[in-house]
Amino acid sequence: MIAEALFFSAVLFTIGVVGVLTRRNAIIIFMCVELMLNAVNLSFIALSRLHGSANGQVFVLFVMTIAAAEAAVGLAIIISIFRHHKSVDLRNINLLKG
Amino acid sequence: MLQDLAAVDTHPLAATAARYVGLLPLLPLAGFLVNGALSLIPAYKPGPSDPSAAGHGDEHAATSAHAAEHGEQDGAHGDDHHEVARHKYAGITSVVGPLVLALSFGLAVAIWLAMAGADEMKTPYVQTFFDWMVTGDLKISWAFQLDQLSMIMVLVITGVGTLIHIFSIGYMRDDPGYPRFFAYLNLFVAFMLVLVLGANYPVMFVGWEGVGLCSYLLIGFWFSEKANADAGKKAFIVNRIGDFGFLIAMFLLFANLGTLDFTSVAAAAPSLGYNSALVTTICLFFFLGCAGKSAQLPLYVWLPDAMAGPTPVSALIHAATMVTAGVYLIARSGFLFAMSPTACITVAVVGTLTALFAATIGLKQWDIKKVLAYSTISQLGYMFMGVGTGAYAAGMFHLVTHAFFKALLFLGSGSVIFAMHRAYHHTGSHEDAQDMRNMGGLRKYMPVTFVLMWIATLAIAGVPPFSGFFSKDGILGAVFARAQHGALAEATWLGMPGSTVLYVLYALGLLTAFLTAIYMTRMMLYTFHGPNRTGVAEQAHLREAPWSMTGPLVVLGVLSAFGGWLNLPTAIPIGPIAVLEKWLEPVVGAATASISGVGGEEVMSTEYVLIGVAVLIALLGIAFAVIRLKPAAVVPARDAVPSRGFEHVLEEKYYVDEIYDDAIVKPIVAGSRNILWTGIDRGIIDSLFVNGSAVLVRGFGWVGSQLQSGETGAYAWAIAIGALAVLGAFTFR
Repeated sequence: MIAEALFFSAVLFTIGVVGVLTRRNAIIIFMCVELMLNAVNLSFIALSRLHGSANGQVFVLFVMTIAAAEAAVGLAIIISIFRHHKSVDLRNINLLKG
Repeated sequence: MLQDLAAVDTHPLAATAARYVGLLPLLPLAGFLVNGALSLIPAYKPGPSDPSAAGHGDEHAATSAHAAEHGEQDGAHGDDHHEVARHKYAGITSVVGPLVLALSFGLAVAIWLAMAGADEMKTPYVQTFFDWMVTGDLKISWAFQLDQLSMIMVLVITGVGTLIHIFSIGYMRDDPGYPRFFAYLNLFVAFMLVLVLGANYPVMFVGWEGVGLCSYLLIGFWFSEKANADAGKKAFIVNRIGDFGFLIAMFLLFANLGTLDFTSVAAAAPSLGYNSALVTTICLFFFLGCAGKSAQLPLYVWLPDAMAGPTPVSALIHAATMVTAGVYLIARSGFLFAMSPTACITVAVVGTLTALFAATIGLKQWDIKKVLAYSTISQLGYMFMGVGTGAYAAGMFHLVTHAFFKALLFLGSGSVIFAMHRAYHHTGSHEDAQDMRNMGGLRKYMPVTFVLMWIATLAIAGVPPFSGFFSKDGILGAVFARAQHGALAEATWLGMPGSTVLYVLYALGLLTAFLTAIYMTRMMLYTFHGPNRTGVAEQAHLREAPWSMTGPLVVLGVLSAFGGWLNLPTAIPIGPIAVLEKWLEPVVGAATASISGVGGEEVMSTEYVLIGVAVLIALLGIAFAVIRLKPAAVVPARDAVPSRGFEHVLEEKYYVDEIYDDAIVKPIVAGSRNILWTGIDRGIIDSLFVNGSAVLVRGFGWVGSQLQSGETGAYAWAIAIGALAVLGAFTFR
């Protein structure tokens, strides 16, 4: 049971990473990041059950809270970027460079 | 500390005035503090009530004596017609400055009386105040040593010093820097007393450096004139070379004997080995120090330039006391020099050559103070001739008499310059007040100075019965005696038999005596005899200096005339014989005996011949000068034609300054500029290290900034690869 859960978590995480690395659309990258967070949440739940400890579940609650806040802020930023650039393609957004 | 006190308690001087030996330098030091504090107050406050404040700033407050010293630079008198600005606390300085010296002198006399009263004082009275440096094997105490040798020096320093301080009141009173002058002068005396009272080499070295500092400060007293500041620097730098020798000698002594106290070194000295290379090296390094401080070849060049200082300074520091420190050092280290005939002969040879060399230059100088400066170098050479041949008593005797007559000559010249300058000041003339070509016939105007300076001149020329005759004769007689028998005659020096060398030195010494008589007579003739060349308008203002200045001259005149009675030779029994020699016997007797050998008594007839020759030489020199030189034919400085041939070489001082400049100063400056500055400082330090590190940091910054591309994708890749790398490192380690 634990093996399947961790495997599924790893697959989800990898999909998230590949999405972040390859896509250009900010919204999609944002969703991939959420995917990675949830993959980690899944491992937490699985390992919490394996060890019979509630710590993992507590962590998941925290992660979800932070993710919600982050989603709100992140989406707000993306919207304001879109208003400015009329696009959410990250290739166009490179003002912060050395 | 307790043991030291216990040891001291048994000394015959323990319960006498010698207890207060520490006060000797403290009194002038207190004077320095008072005058130094006064000197921090400006000369005068410009205010509405001060009429001189309207147009004149401080820098225009040139005084009579001030500009008098600037004879060499044309136009240096440019601003001496302004109001004289006397320091508002000059009165306090006039009391404090000389008073501390007089008190010091009084204490010195009290100690001397106690010492003379204590019969047979064989060991020095050492008073330890505190431990100064205690590290490992090195233990140096701040201790003073009173013995017959340091007593003589203390009496000369405080005695002559007091007279010169009194003279300075008249000479310097109108200078705005009057308290500063006395502060330096008092500090000098304090350090000079530390020098001669120190019971070990390091304490002596403190005094040695201290007097060097004061000499520098006083030479550059009128530092707003660049030439004066340069002269001060020159004296300081040339003395550094000598001080290096002193330090090396001290290090060698400590490395080999483990002690630096005079008494301990004297006790341990035989372990260095008679005439060993080591003891010769130590002695020669000490002599290098002496050559710097006492202006001997090849380091004498600073002394003539030191005449840029006020004339009382020339008298006190650059004639009577500081420059004799080298002679004192050798007499003090007699136990070392007695073990190295090579070093002794070297000292005597250098002394003799210096005496001759400086005397020839003195023949053609026109600046009255320059004549006296070269004469001082020459007389110091005589002293080294004496101490070099182990005649420590004779060398010290000449030191004492020289302090009398040279102080008199310098103060006399000071009073001449004072009068000359005052005359030029009144008429607004810009002539050189120190040039003898502008003097002449001053005997009419300054009879007291005239007579006293003739006494000093006869003394320095070696005419009996004046003091210089006895002391110079003592030295020449000692050189002659050493050439005949004793350790030096048997030694070889640079492959030559010592005896031959010493006979040559004796001959050169006589030749120098001849030249001395000539240049001193020349100075007197051009200054006081013949027609006056100062100028018609100026003659009305030429007159004798005030009594505060001539008074000390009179005292010095008496001492110059009768100082010879301090140490009469056996051949001339007109009083107690060889007082000074017997007085110094406990200190230097052993060293002298070791050099002169046993049975060193002169045959009386030989001695009469020697004395006769010396007197004849002196009289011949004076006669030669009187016959050859025509004061009437001298033209004032502004009309003078340049001399030619060898005379010009002499007038230009053998071009030694120019040679040093080209051979040493310019290569050092060029090397500093081209290698050290352009090459190392600008090339390596500035370019490579300073700018190089900046370039390097900027390069790294550029690389870092290039990584910040602004591409979110690139950052994501960097994070992913980084995370993988960390994971991999943990997994596969």
